[in-house]
Amino acid sequence: MTQRQERLLYVLQRLSALVLAPLVILHIGVMIVAVQGGLNTAEMLARTQSSTFWPVIYATFFVVAGVHGCIGLRNILTETTELPARSVNRISGGLLILILVFGFETVRAIA
Amino acid sequence: MTDISDQYQLTVNIWRGNSDGAYQTFEVPVRDSQTVLDVVTWIQRHLDPDLTYRYACRVGMCGTCAMTVQGKPKWTCRTRIGTVVENNELTLGPLRNLPVIKDLATDMVPFFDKWAEAGAQFVPGDQVPEQMAAVAPDSRARRAADVAIECIGCGVCYAACDTVAWREDYLGPAALNRVWTLVNDERDGDRDGHLRKVAGESGCLSCHSHQSCAELCPKHLNPTASIAGLKRKSFLLALVGRS
Repeated sequence: MTQRQERLLYVLQRLSALVLAPLVILHIGVMIVAVQGGLNTAEMLARTQSSTFWPVIYATFFVVAGVHGCIGLRNILTETTELPARSVNRISGGLLILILVFGFETVRAIA
Repeated sequence: MTDISDQYQLTVNIWRGNSDGAYQTFEVPVRDSQTVLDVVTWIQRHLDPDLTYRYACRVGMCGTCAMTVQGKPKWTCRTRIGTVVENNELTLGPLRNLPVIKDLATDMVPFFDKWAEAGAQFVPGDQVPEQMAAVAPDSRARRAADVAIECIGCGVCYAACDTVAWREDYLGPAALNRVWTLVNDERDGDRDGHLRKVAGESGCLSCHSHQSCAELCPKHLNPTASIAGLKRKSFLLALVGRS
């Protein structure tokens, strides 16, 4: 990986954190409200399917969580294991693809 | 801090051998105002002439006598035993993150090689200036480098740094701190080049800001702050291609 690419990952991880932080708070807030209000699955789906806001929010959430988490995982693997750089990149990249696939599958289901 | 003034013998555990070595225990008489370096010297003069360690000035100017004292890197000439001894026991080892030559002496070559790798050398401009550069002491760049220029390269921050322990290629706080001074030196002919050399994962981007370097620097410098400055400039470099 070139230094330029390394700088790009550094910037992406910080910018994704900037977006991720309010989304995590929103997500936790939604969970608390849903639990307190006693919403069942059908009621939740009725709300998400009648709105574009929630699918867009959760699609964004999956993308930034995937990007942020996978760059972080790459750093952790580099610093705490003896794995070669190529393996570390493949594991982190593979996880990002998994998160995006499952994430968009979920968003498709609630949209 | 332990009051040791009424105790006569101090138990001192000292690392012996290279990286495969072990601690050896000595009993050393306690003296008033005794420094850790005094203790090591006493052992070498009276108990074991084979003990290997390194020092030069003895007054906190050269940084040569840095060792691991009670688990933390310190200048032994500036550390009085009364400030570090616990339960009448003192444990001394070589600096962390560096190859051990023997006992308390480490090989400093990897440390200084990384200064070279970081490009931590002044680059003169193309033309010889007609007059000596007048650097305004209150200019932003000069103030940014103000404290950082006082580094004497003792290696304490390098031994204290966890990122150095985790990443073999990480340049370390001292080299990056030096580069920060050059990036802010208006006389330097390649300030942008200095930044580009360290704006990667072997450079400033891998710093976790644990601040062990700042906490343990015997000269009370703050390499973490210098690295943070390099990170800010690297961020702009990545976004707009300019520092």
